[in-house]
Amino acid sequence: MTAIKFELNGKPITTDADPEMPLLWYLREQVGLTGTKYGCGIAQCGACTVHLNGVATRSCITPLQAVVSAKVMTIEGLSTAAGKATQAAWQTLDVVQCGYCQSGQIMSAAALLAKNAAPTEADIDAAMHGNLCRCATYHRIRAAIHQAATNLKAGSA
Amino acid sequence: MNTPHNVESGISRRGFLQVITLGSAGFMLGWVPRDGLSAEVSTTSFGHFVRIGSDNAVTVIIKHLDKGQGVTTGLTTIVADELDADWMQMRWEFAPADATRYNNLNWGPVQGTGGSSSIANSWTQLRVAGAGARAMLVSAASKVWQVPVGEITVSKGVLSHADKRHATLGELAIAAATETPPDPPRLKEAREFTFIGKRVPRIDTPEKTTGRAHYTIDLSRPGMLTAVVAHPPRFGAKVAKWDASAAKKIVGVVEIIEIPQGVAVLAKDFWSAKRGRDALNVEWDERAAEHRGSLELWQAYKELAAHAGAPARRDGDVEAAFARAAKVVDAAYEFPYLAHATMEPLNAICELRADACEIWSGAQSPTTDQQVVAMITGLDPSQVIIHTQFAGGSFGRRAAPDSDYIAEAVHIALAIKGRAPVKLQWTREDDMRSGRYRPMAYHVLRAGLDANGKLIAWHHRIVAQSFLKGTPFAAMVKNGVDGTAVEGARNLPYTVENCAVDLQMPDVGVPTLWWRSVGHTFNGFATEAFFDEVARAAGHDPVVWRRELLAGHPRHLGVLDLAIDKAGAAPTGKGQGRGVAVHESFNSFVAEVVDLTVHDDGSFKVDRVVCAVDCGIAVNPDIVRAQMEGGIGMGLGAALREAVTLKDGVVEQTNFNAYQPLRIDEMPRVEVHIMPSTVTPSGVGEPGVPPIAPAIANALLAVTGKPTRRLPFT
Ligand code: FES
Ligand code: FES
Repeated sequence: MTAIKFELNGKPITTDADPEMPLLWYLREQVGLTGTKYGCGIAQCGACTVHLNGVATRSCITPLQAVVSAKVMTIEGLSTAAGKATQAAWQTLDVVQCGYCQSGQIMSAAALLAKNAAPTEADIDAAMHGNLCRCATYHRIRAAIHQAATNLKAGSA
Repeated sequence: MNTPHNVESGISRRGFLQVITLGSAGFMLGWVPRDGLSAEVSTTSFGHFVRIGSDNAVTVIIKHLDKGQGVTTGLTTIVADELDADWMQMRWEFAPADATRYNNLNWGPVQGTGGSSSIANSWTQLRVAGAGARAMLVSAASKVWQVPVGEITVSKGVLSHADKRHATLGELAIAAATETPPDPPRLKEAREFTFIGKRVPRIDTPEKTTGRAHYTIDLSRPGMLTAVVAHPPRFGAKVAKWDASAAKKIVGVVEIIEIPQGVAVLAKDFWSAKRGRDALNVEWDERAAEHRGSLELWQAYKELAAHAGAPARRDGDVEAAFARAAKVVDAAYEFPYLAHATMEPLNAICELRADACEIWSGAQSPTTDQQVVAMITGLDPSQVIIHTQFAGGSFGRRAAPDSDYIAEAVHIALAIKGRAPVKLQWTREDDMRSGRYRPMAYHVLRAGLDANGKLIAWHHRIVAQSFLKGTPFAAMVKNGVDGTAVEGARNLPYTVENCAVDLQMPDVGVPTLWWRSVGHTFNGFATEAFFDEVARAAGHDPVVWRRELLAGHPRHLGVLDLAIDKAGAAPTGKGQGRGVAVHESFNSFVAEVVDLTVHDDGSFKVDRVVCAVDCGIAVNPDIVRAQMEGGIGMGLGAALREAVTLKDGVVEQTNFNAYQPLRIDEMPRVEVHIMPSTVTPSGVGEPGVPPIAPAIANALLAVTGKPTRRLPFT
């Protein structure tokens, strides 16, 4: 078995873990990065969302072998401008309730804002549709994405 | 109360646990202990709820579970206010399981979280705790400074005398420990509140927006094994025989054992355990299992509904009133089983020793959990140590009277004789098929009107399982009536002289449980949707008639008027309409106004919800708003699509592809208005849920003329 190499939160990783193992469980149980959550295991809830080369990706159905040579970013390593703005807006508006879905929500929102600086309601619906929140914090998620977009614009102006 | 305790030194329990977790979980980036405490900090306890450190941190002991409803912030706020602390110095930690100190004052000698009671039952208790500590600190300052108590002020965590002397709470904590607090201490007037009634940021937001918040699923103990269990496909089935030869070959699988709940695969991590579980071959003994499907159950429920149940309310002479009624309106409503589907699939960690059993879990009712674990292990309940964790949602699920999933973890630990700590982790499929659903229910309602359209008779018959019968909560079942099944129906607020409510409690093998707002989930719908049907049949405007029949219920009327006033003019576009519902639950009053659009194909979209809530004093108005928003979203999702159905006794929905809670594109605009109040606070976790579904039904009735009598809508 050849070792799998990729970049995780800016650091090189080399592992001989089972290439079939979903990235989610590798992150959580082999690396100890528990901010990425398990909710369904079948790409239906978004709790496990990470960035794979900047794209919001469900880590529960992404086998380790699919991330070879890729850049993986988790909530713990979220350091992009869009990511920081997203977290700040989430904090200002107190979006969270139980909080369990929120790593995934923030990762999806940060990926959206990185490629779309002024998302419309429809853009938000499309980008966030895969992220369930059982506490139904959607009202504030939407408001926080708009606020993050506004702050990003002000910051880059 | 407020007896000073010895000065103790050490890091907090929560901080300590997390250090251990950190150690065994590999590297963890940027981890900061919650309390910011180091081992050198000394802390002084002021009673059971307040500790002040020499580092000036004030820690509030939280006796309730925070499952998202925000009690870690709310309860901390109450103490901070009476203490006149600075918000930045406030910390918190979950209380241990100890009903002698941390019981829910509304529940007697039981510690637990539920019925939207956390703030309500803690209100005076924590004000006294904060005010008592403040008085002790002031008394200590007066001795140190040799000045009269009355000349000392406290503000933002600093005690001062005449602008000359100042000391922080932390600096005086040790000296204050030997003071005796006045009994009772002076509590603030409402106008003196500094935090209560204002927006204080949620205390758990930073860790929950950075991935640092720990839930049970994230914890690890030295040498821990993870267990995934093969459960029977039908409720009530038992293991007949099993073959683990394939499962044993999976790398990482350590041990496979039979427990009363099924067959458990223990492995070094979840992924291996899950693969091991999937490779198991289990045959089930289904002789005692429930084999009925939803169709058969509906049939049985409808037959039962033809017969009188146990009376829950009986005012006047209902039969005579119906006999002389000029008009009688009838309707029957169907409500499905609902899954809690907490985002964090259920789990618990169990560490079993000869003299103790330690449990890590998002525990909603620690006292019950202690009793259940004690029964299984033969230990004394006091030897069951519970480390409460953040729960990734609960909605009642983590308060099962039989502590089902905690019991399962303990059975596994017992089967391996405590050789290793065990983390039981359910998959989403396990969670979804575990039962403990909101009971399915069949409601038959009947209203009688006289020739002038006056409501003269109301009869409401409910067919629903009791989930308390035969449990430690059986005291809530009186004369054949489970109070949780009739709440919101037997206390119908509308003026009607002849009113009867009765209940049939069928025995079904599908376990059921409280689900966010419990009986109000269906009774709020049945009463409020039927009210509009009757109003229209009698030729009344539903809102005007509501106001008339709510005479004597000022808090219902208050929120109804507030919501309608804030909602403004009703939409008049094509397919647009408005519906209104008002409902009391858990001593809080909520009215919701729904504006929606019905499309040509019959589908509809909820555009806007205006909500008014009277929960007494709103300790944290922003969290009150958040709970209304979330309650409306969750209630809307349930109304739109959620249903657990069975075929031949097997649950048909196993994951979020088939059981579909609300998603973001369906969330309407929500505006929440809080009724100003000086009344003692009541809860907000649940009361936002009941009015949303009937308000939608009433809007649909207004637009289409067709009533909605079966949930979910689609
Ligand atoms: S856990 Fe990956 S989408 Fe649900
Ligand atoms: S905050 Fe609880 S699931 Fe989203």
